[in-house]
This record gives sequence, C-alpha cells and structure tokens, in this order.
Amino acid sequence: MKLLEHVGRFTLLMFTTFKFPESWKALRKNVITEMHSLGIKSLGIIIIISGFMGAVITIQTATNLESGLIPAYTVGFAARQSVILEFSPTIIALILVGKVGSNISSEIGTMRVTDQIDALEIMGINSANYIILPKIIAAALINPFLITLSMAVSIGGGYAAGVLSGLVSGADYEYGAKLDFKMYFYFYAMVKTVVFAFVLTAVPAYYGYFTKGGSVNVGKSSTEAVVAGSVIILLLNYVLTQLLLI
Amino acid sequence: MIEVKNLYKSFGEEEVLRDISFNFKPGTVNVIIGGSGSGKTVLTKCIVGLFELTKGQVLYEGVDFHPLSFEEKKEIRKQIGFLFQGGALFDSLTVEENVMFPLNIFEQGTQKERKERVDFVLNRVNLTGSEKKYPAEISGGMQKRVAIARAIAMKPKYLFCDEPNSGLDPKTAIVIDNLIGEITAEYNMTTVVITHDMNSVLEIGENIMFIYQGELEWSGTRDDILKTTNKNLSDFVYASDFMKQIRSIANK
Ligand SMILES: Nc1ncnc2c1ncn2[C@@H]1O[C@H](COP(=O)(O)OP(=O)(O)O)[C@@H](O)[C@H]1O
Ligand SMILES: [Mg+2]
Repeated sequence: MKLLEHVGRFTLLMFTTFKFPESWKALRKNVITEMHSLGIKSLGIIIIISGFMGAVITIQTATNLESGLIPAYTVGFAARQSVILEFSPTIIALILVGKVGSNISSEIGTMRVTDQIDALEIMGINSANYIILPKIIAAALINPFLITLSMAVSIGGGYAAGVLSGLVSGADYEYGAKLDFKMYFYFYAMVKTVVFAFVLTAVPAYYGYFTKGGSVNVGKSSTEAVVAGSVIILLLNYVLTQLLLI
Repeated sequence: MIEVKNLYKSFGEEEVLRDISFNFKPGTVNVIIGGSGSGKTVLTKCIVGLFELTKGQVLYEGVDFHPLSFEEKKEIRKQIGFLFQGGALFDSLTVEENVMFPLNIFEQGTQKERKERVDFVLNRVNLTGSEKKYPAEISGGMQKRVAIARAIAMKPKYLFCDEPNSGLDPKTAIVIDNLIGEITAEYNMTTVVITHDMNSVLEIGENIMFIYQGELEWSGTRDDILKTTNKNLSDFVYASDFMKQIRSIANK
C-alpha cells in the first residue's frame, strides 16, 4: 500500500482514538492494566540491557582513550552523555517496539480476525478509543520512569565495569559523570521518550487494527508494525535531535 | 421490524449483494439461508452498519439507519445483540465479565442490578457455575451460549445470529436453536438467524429468505420450502437424499 494511504488511514484512526471514552471508569481501569503489561513486564529486559550497555560503552570509551592526553574522567562524561541523550531514550524505545509493539499488534490483530472489534462496534462502542487509547496513555505515563531507570542502571553499570576492569577509578568516573550536567539534556530525553511512547504503541495498534483475514496475517501485521515503528522512531530521533539540540 | 430496501453492496469491483429487499418481522425467527460465499454474512453486517452500503436503505422501525451520526447509531446499536460465527468473546475476560461488559460500559443500573442481570442471563442459557472461567477454558457449545448471554444482556430488540450452530454436534446445535427460538418469543425480539443447517431452518425458521449468488432468490415459510418449485432452492435444500426423503414424506 502506498505511503500516503497509510498516513491518511493512520491519521483518521488517531482522530477516532482520541475521543472521550464511553466510560471513564473503564478507561482508568484499562490504563492501569496496560501500565502493568507494557511497563512492569518490561522492567527485567530493560535492566539487563541497560546494565550491559552502560558497561560496554564505558569499557570501549576507556580503551580508546589510552593516549594519556585526555583526562580519565572523560570516560564517565562520555558514558553519561551517550546514555542520557541516545542510548536510553532511543535504543530502549527500539527494543520496546520489538517487545511491546509486536505484542500490541498481535493482540489487536487477533481481536480483529476473531470479530472482537466488530463485537465492540456493534455494542455501540468506539473500538479504537476503547482498545488503543489506554495503551497510548499507559506508555506515555510509564515510559518516562522506565527510561529514567534505564539511565540510572546504565550509568551504574558503566561505573561497575570501569572500576572492576581497573580502566578508570571510581572517583574519576563519578567526576566525569557529574561534569557539566544540564537539566536540559534530561528534558530532551523525556521529550523523545514521550514521542517514542506514542509511536511504539500507536503504530503497532494501527497495523493490528487493520489486519485482514486470519491468524497468518496477524503475524504479518506484527512484523510490519515492528519494522515501521523502528524506522519511524529513527526518523523522528533525527528530527528531534535537529530541533532540540542545535 | 427491520426493513431492507434495494440494498446493494460491492467491494471494489466485486458486487456481492444486488437489489435485496426484505422485511424482518418482530417476535419471529427470520432465517437467511444460502450457500457458502453467497453473501449472508455481508448482508447482516450491512444491516447492522459494520459495512457501509453501496446503495439502498435499512430502516429500524422506520428510521433510516445508515445516514445517522455515530451517536444516533449508538442508540439503535444498544438495542442490537449480535452473535458472531466464532462467538467473538473477549478472551482476556471471564465468562461473567464478558456478559457484564456492555452493562458496565454503558453503566446500566447499580453494580448489584448488573450482577443480577448477568446471573439471570447466564442462568437462562444454562451456564450457572462457569462464571469465573475464561473463554479458552470452556467448550465451543458453551462459548456460543456465553455469546448469546452477552448478546441478550442489554435486553436487545434485535438479535442477529451468524451460523449459531456451526461447529457444534447435532444435539448441542438443537439446544442452541431452541434457545434462540424461545428467547425470541419471550422478549418479542426481531431475530435474524443465518444458517445452512436445514435442521434449524425446519425447527425454528418462520420467515425465510434464500440468497443465491448475491440476490434474493426466494422467500417464504418453512411449509413453503417443502413445496417449492424453485430450482436453485431445491438444489440447495434437497442436496442430500435424507432431505429428499423428508420432502416425499411431507408431500404425501
Ligand atoms: N471485507 C470483505 N472484503 C472483500 N470481500 C468480502 C469481504 N467480506 C466478504 N467478502 C466477499 O463477499 C462474498 C460473500 O461473503 P459472505 O457474506 O461472508 O458469505 P457467506 O454467505 O458464506 O456468509 C464472498 O465472495 C467474500 O469473498
Ligand atoms: Mg458467513
């Protein structure tokens, strides 16, 4: 299908999604359920990946700086900058598209092919609003916490790796990690986080919602959703960096 | 009463339904029969507005449904129960939560009244005791009954059933058929049943329409079926020797 058609259909779907709910009580309940399944259940993978990435970034930076001219605290500084600006908000978002996004797309796709979406519509319920809105809200609320946690774990992982490998002292790393820190970096990361939270729920929801046919197509939509979601996140990452950091 | 007037439906180039006009009567089990792919499901989805019409009208008690706004449609939809071919139960919810679902969303009465209504309809379809089970944990026949319970929870005026007994053994199929027949009479509903099971047609069908290649080929009562001279209808109904025997006995 042509790109413009996708954009048009996606936009219309979002207009239908962002409406007042039939029941506020049901929305609140669904947001809480989704925060659990999108957020809490991703904690494990985020902690593991963040810890190791922080460690690897530190070791690589340290081994590349062995000229002696550059101060040792640069390792902590570089680790902090790359973690806060790029690794946590962007790479974790890409990982979440793969995990949460494919989940959303196959869940909604299954609802489509088993007529559960039509069942909602027949009851007089706006199905997009009922199914998709809680997921978007939940991700927008919980992802800032997940990403902040990821930052802390990554920087901590870097500290541990630096000290354990003897490549950088704890004091140097800490000095570098605190050096010249601006709250704006964190703000920039949070803007990206919320934008990506929207992408990694809304795009897979779109693919799931318009699944046609049977279970084979549920799998197909889910793959397409992950590919499209990842590409859109990378594109937006570029755009947001241009807008916010230059 | 639901009136369908000169309804046409195409998907792109493919014309699936042509010039269908039919009245679905209240307090009656109206039956749609026809071969696989003849357009029965598409017709019901057009009637309830899941598909837009290419041409024509659908009137609920004289009100033209399709031009209405979402909010106006909602008022009519709340009076529609729909039993999907596969049940379409929400698989993340228990039996009880499924039936409670429309009542909760539209905040009907107090929590206690909702619970009473759920117990009542589950009892009506003989499912007391399975409230806490998930759809995946119960049999196909039970899923159909939960779906019926959910469809009638809001006391609908109109009930649509798409092949309610496909995939069920003959005994369970008769239980479901009778249930649909009984609740139609009890609540004076306008019921529309799609089937290609001749047993059901002869058991509960009162006002029957036969769709052949997207057109209304024949309509009448079950007695009319036994005497029909329509070639396509005979071919459809009397495909089996068993049905041919029934006809010869009936016509003696
Ligand atoms: N969403 C759709 N898009 C395109 N064609 C469809 C769609 N739904 C049904 N059709 C076509 O309409 C015809 C009638 O289908 P259907 O009403 O499901 O038959 P049945 O009488 O077995 O219920 C079939 O040829 C089918 O391919
Ligand atoms: Mg069908």
